[in-house]
Amino acid sequence: MDHDLVLELPSDISSIEHAVEYVMSRCETCERTETRLRLNFRVGLTEALSNAVLYGNGRDPAKKVKVEVTLEQGRLQARVTDQGMGFDPTSIPDPTAPENLLESGGRGLFLMRQLLDEVSYNDRGNEVTLVLRIDDGTMGLRGGAQA
Amino acid sequence: MGFQVSQDGDVTLVEVEGQLIVGNRQELKQRVLEQLEGGDRKFVVDFANTGYIDSSGLGVLVSLSKKIRERGGELRLSSLNEDLKTLFELTKLDTLFRITDTKGEALDGF
Repeated sequence: MDHDLVLELPSDISSIEHAVEYVMSRCETCERTETRLRLNFRVGLTEALSNAVLYGNGRDPAKKVKVEVTLEQGRLQARVTDQGMGFDPTSIPDPTAPENLLESGGRGLFLMRQLLDEVSYNDRGNEVTLVLRIDDGTMGLRGGAQA
Repeated sequence: MGFQVSQDGDVTLVEVEGQLIVGNRQELKQRVLEQLEGGDRKFVVDFANTGYIDSSGLGVLVSLSKKIRERGGELRLSSLNEDLKTLFELTKLDTLFRITDTKGEALDGF
C-alpha cells in the first residue's frame, strides 16, 4: 500500500501538536466540519502520538516516531510506530470503571477505541494502526509523500 | 495557547485559551496548585475558548479535582463545546465534575 503522507517525529511532546496540525492541514477531508473527522480522527492521532512519544519511546531524544497516513477506498488510516519495547494493549484497564475513574491516566487507548472504527497493534506492541471509515469519495490528502 | 487566572470573590477562575493537552497540562497543574497552596478552595475552569482537550488534559483535571477535594474544596468546569462534552461523556468524567453551560452559572452557585 502506498503511503500518501509520511512523517518522522522526534520524541518531544511539543512535536505532537505540530504533527497533528500538519496532518489535518494536508487532509482535505479533515478540514470539514463533520464531527467524525474533526474530533474522532484528530483525537485518535493525538493519543497515538502521545503514547508513542511518552510511553513507547520514553521521550528518548535518540528515538523517533513514524507516522504514515493513507486515504484509500473510503478508509482514512494512520499508522504510528515508535522505537520502544512495545506493550500489551490488553493490559490497560477500563478507565470508565468506577474504581478507575479517579485515575489520572489510562484514557488514551480507550478514546482511540471509542472514536475510531478500527484500532490494531502489531505483535510487538510498538505500532498502532487507526482506521476511520469514510463514505464520501470526493475527499483526499493533498500532496505526496513528505518526510 | 495559555491560561488566564482571575479571582471572582473567593472563586479562582481559570480560562483555558486554545488547547489543554500533553504539552501544557503541567502549566495548568502548577498554576492551580499554587492557588490551592495559597488557600483557595473554589475553582472554575472555563473552556469557552478551548478547542481541544486530550487524555492528558482530562487526566490533569481529574488529578486537580482530587487534590482540591482533599482540601475540602471543589473544581467545577464550564462552557464545554459539543466535542469536549463528547470526550467527557465517553470517559464518564461528566459524572465526576459539576459542569455548567457558562462560567457565570458555575460562579453563581459557588
